[in-house]
Amino acid sequence: MDNTMNAEFLSISENESFARVVASAFAAQLNPTAAEIAEIKTAVSEAVTNAIIHGYENSTGIVRIEGKIHKNELEISVIDYGWGISDIEEARKPLFTGKPELERSGMGFSIMESFMDSVEVISSLGEGTTVKMTKTIEE
Amino acid sequence: MEIKLIGEKRAILIKVDGELDHHMAGKIKDAADRKMRSTNAVNVIFDLSGMTFMDSAGIGVMMGRYKKARTLGGKTAVFGTNAQTLRIIKMSGMDKVIKIVPGFEKAVRYIDKGEIYNG
Repeated sequence: MDNTMNAEFLSISENESFARVVASAFAAQLNPTAAEIAEIKTAVSEAVTNAIIHGYENSTGIVRIEGKIHKNELEISVIDYGWGISDIEEARKPLFTGKPELERSGMGFSIMESFMDSVEVISSLGEGTTVKMTKTIEE
Repeated sequence: MEIKLIGEKRAILIKVDGELDHHMAGKIKDAADRKMRSTNAVNVIFDLSGMTFMDSAGIGVMMGRYKKARTLGGKTAVFGTNAQTLRIIKMSGMDKVIKIVPGFEKAVRYIDKGEIYNG
């Protein structure tokens, strides 16, 4: 069964839990294990937090989540229309944090990469960032 | 979230309930730092047994408290971790500086005696 979903919300931290619930409820159609659900929730949480903290630094905008299911593959895109990332390679490095003063661990991308099968980052300055992640759920 | 003082150990016990994400992280940091300042506590114990979710924001909270405790000559211990939490903690390498113990008593013993708890 193929399926799609889209959700949009304001880039405020209260919506981080909302985003996790939306993504995991959508993914539930593939009958993932509890561990897989936890992985999806964590990866989405990292991407959405990045959008809120970095994408819309000092401002508020819209964060969009697009979900797709094709056969047994889940694809989740987390999209913001904020500042964009100037150096994606650096941003993806383990332990790199753009905000050391916030006690951020710099693990966001490492967690996304470890918990999902693929992570693709598309970003342009002044236009925003899309993080597209996929995960195959074994039947 | 609940923060208790264990006065005789100069420790604060941070009990995290529900989900520890970036949204909750700020609240826990502020409350924990206030409690440490007002009580002169130097040690920190995290009880994660009631926590249902944690992302990298949790690592930030724990590392931040560890650094604070270390500056004051104190220690940090964690108990109540589940498989998912443990995986993130190990990915961060934080288990090398923060002691993961099976329960509250072991956490107190680690802080109390200054001994490295081995299993």
